[in-house]
Amino acid sequence: MMTTLVYVIAYLGIVFFLIAVAARFVFWSRMPMHVRWELYPVAHEGGGRAAYGGSYLEETDWWQKPRQVSLLGELKVMVPEILFLVALREHNRKLWTRSFPFHFGLYLVAVTTILLLVGGVAGALLPANIAAGSNRVIGLLVPWLGGAGLVLGIVGAIGLLARRRSRELRDYTAPADYFNLAFFVVAFGVALITFVGYDRDFSLVSAFVANLATFNMAPLGSGTGVLLLMLSVVLLSLLTAYIPTTHMSHFVGKYFAYHSIRWKDEPNLRGGKQEKAIHDLLNQPVSWAAPHIKGDGKKTWLDVATEDQTAEGEQP
Amino acid sequence: MKQPNSVKDIAGNPGQPLANIQPPNQIPLPPPFDDVDLDPPISELSDAAKEKYAVLDQTIAVNIERPKTSEEEEAFVAAFLSGMEKLFTSENNWTFLQPFEMSIEHCAHCQTCSEACHIYEESGHNELYRPIYRSEILRRIYFKYVKKESPKVHGDIDLNWETVARLIELAYRCNLCRRCAQTCPIGVDNALLSREIRKIASQEMGIAPKELHSDGSVLQLGVGSSTGMTPLIVKDNIEFIDEDTADRTGITIETPWDVEGADILLLHNAGEIMAWPENPGAFATIFEAAGLSWTLSSDIAAYDAINYGVFYDDVQFARAAVAHASAAKKLGVKKIVLGECGHAHKALTVIADKVLTGDLNIPRESSMVTLRDIIRSGKLKLDPSRNDFPVTLHDPCNMVRLMGIVSPQREVISAVVPKERFREMAPHGVENFCCGGGSGFAIMSGHNFSEWRHHMTGRRKFRQILEAFQDEPMDNEHPKYVCAPCSNCKGQMRDIITYYDAWEKAGIYYGGLVELIVNAMVDAKPGYIDWEWH
Repeated sequence: MMTTLVYVIAYLGIVFFLIAVAARFVFWSRMPMHVRWELYPVAHEGGGRAAYGGSYLEETDWWQKPRQVSLLGELKVMVPEILFLVALREHNRKLWTRSFPFHFGLYLVAVTTILLLVGGVAGALLPANIAAGSNRVIGLLVPWLGGAGLVLGIVGAIGLLARRRSRELRDYTAPADYFNLAFFVVAFGVALITFVGYDRDFSLVSAFVANLATFNMAPLGSGTGVLLLMLSVVLLSLLTAYIPTTHMSHFVGKYFAYHSIRWKDEPNLRGGKQEKAIHDLLNQPVSWAAPHIKGDGKKTWLDVATEDQTAEGEQP
Repeated sequence: MKQPNSVKDIAGNPGQPLANIQPPNQIPLPPPFDDVDLDPPISELSDAAKEKYAVLDQTIAVNIERPKTSEEEEAFVAAFLSGMEKLFTSENNWTFLQPFEMSIEHCAHCQTCSEACHIYEESGHNELYRPIYRSEILRRIYFKYVKKESPKVHGDIDLNWETVARLIELAYRCNLCRRCAQTCPIGVDNALLSREIRKIASQEMGIAPKELHSDGSVLQLGVGSSTGMTPLIVKDNIEFIDEDTADRTGITIETPWDVEGADILLLHNAGEIMAWPENPGAFATIFEAAGLSWTLSSDIAAYDAINYGVFYDDVQFARAAVAHASAAKKLGVKKIVLGECGHAHKALTVIADKVLTGDLNIPRESSMVTLRDIIRSGKLKLDPSRNDFPVTLHDPCNMVRLMGIVSPQREVISAVVPKERFREMAPHGVENFCCGGGSGFAIMSGHNFSEWRHHMTGRRKFRQILEAFQDEPMDNEHPKYVCAPCSNCKGQMRDIITYYDAWEKAGIYYGGLVELIVNAMVDAKPGYIDWEWH
């Protein structure tokens, strides 16, 4: 019964995480078009301009020329940024020494989990000899990746907790911020104790994840190791579900911060596809109350932007 | 140095300043201004001002009068909350909803932005001027009083008249240069949040610095220019400038007005016409020599490129943008070229990109590009040795960091200034520092605001300028030129050079890009740059 509950919690944690992340993604992607607010350098700018922060606006008659947009340019910035937190390293080295291990630890734990899921699926679907081969490789990798991930995550989270107590950060830290980091320390800590004390070769967790991947809620056995594994699973599942409900969902927001704001430099050309959307936005009602607007909820942006403001046209 | 201990201090000690900074608290300037004892102090606010208006620190920008009754206080706070709620609606804030909400929700409070802020740095790291100090107040008000969430999640704050009035003042302690946003690992934009606070104040509460609103955008839209110039007066002034420029260059020019079907509508910041007539004179000289088809417009607001709405109010912004585009449409020009005005560049080219549609959607081009193309065309005969003096280049934030126009002005300089005479500031390009006059500060001078501005916002740029010329003799026998291709930046340069007497003491002079070009034109009489301090 208890084992079944652990499986259910694990499923719920994953499902809730996926739904919540998807909901965040939909939330940000459904936002109305906003005015351009880009910030240079823009990584996808072509023609060698990204290197010094230049834009297509440096071109003569830019509106008559095809834009040079480089996906490779974006990847050259995005991949190191995601993996190594380059912006933080460049601008805040003190925090980076804590934040990088924390985030990289999370990545390693995530990769470990994915490898275990792949192993479980492979074991169920592939011929036994092929599955055995792939699982041997996975079996060699996961203790190292998982162990390193847990250690880095804990070290990073403790480092971040200590940093939040510093003079510069303390006043800007809410109780929830301490809780969030402490949650990581506890969840990863229990997992690390399980790994070091009772599951050095990840066999217990491999069996659990394989069962999870194949929807087989088989009992895991008994003993301290199994109990600790179940506790780890519960804590990690709760943490997984919790992350997207907090500002830690910035991994979703950051994508939009770059692609929809900082690097969003696509011009609105006359007769182009953006004009209809802009026209719809300009026809929304305005209710700003200041005397120079007097938005009544009926006047639109188009109305207020084109009202006669000249001295002759001014209303008494 | 007086500074707040906590974000929560914003609500306490009514009428008392939360910060007070004087030169001994600041990093000394480079020579010959390195004697802190000679650094002029920031004068005290008058008691009358402190009694009458909201007091945040040692200056006042907005003049928010203290309420007389508790009902007025409550109405003030309620109006702020009402405005804040509107910021989160598509109807009222489609213009910035996504960037705004992103910056409200995702700050990790890591303080990476702090060291990027020239104001925080030059304040001696005073807590009040941290980029996230004001953002955090806004964020806590939103989560606690609008969303009714627990302070344990987002932090606590008391909400009263002091909180709101000081927050509005604090929104005018930021140049909106967005250097902080450039360093944020997540993409949070504290400058945007400053501007959104200004929007609540202006668009909902009718509160804005008079230099930006009643004497700024309202005057521009009402009579034609924030300088007060009517169409008749501006034509008269330009006629005088044409004559004066012809006397100085020996090249006859006649600035064309309202030419239908011209290729280019040139938009000057009208401040140039009033304060730096050599700039529109140089533009006319260059455009005529290059044989361009161009015109100015005498329509209301169209002979003044400024768009102060970009600093504080989306509606005023849209009105000015429509006025500019309408003038271009009426004349049937092929494109609008923005003169040397950074915020006008960004306003009409980038931000208005999502406002102007159909026949108002007329291409806009930077004069940096137009001038570069003229140089490339070989139509001007140039002698760089006429600019045989040290030159450095200031990068206006709006034109460079926020538009990516970095290279054309450098290409022009390389054609008109001897290579060995040019030196870059450190840092430069998209990582530049604001001149200190950004977001309207260059024209704001009530109470002792200009003194505060020179010590806090303009000091980093002044430091950069001095550092750029440290290999030169620092006296006015050896003139040095700070090229600032932006009207607001030039206003700030003028003020800080005057404040520190930097022309007399170090030979530091400033001007635009076109003046350097005309100064190098072989067909013009030598000496267009006259080095007369005024």
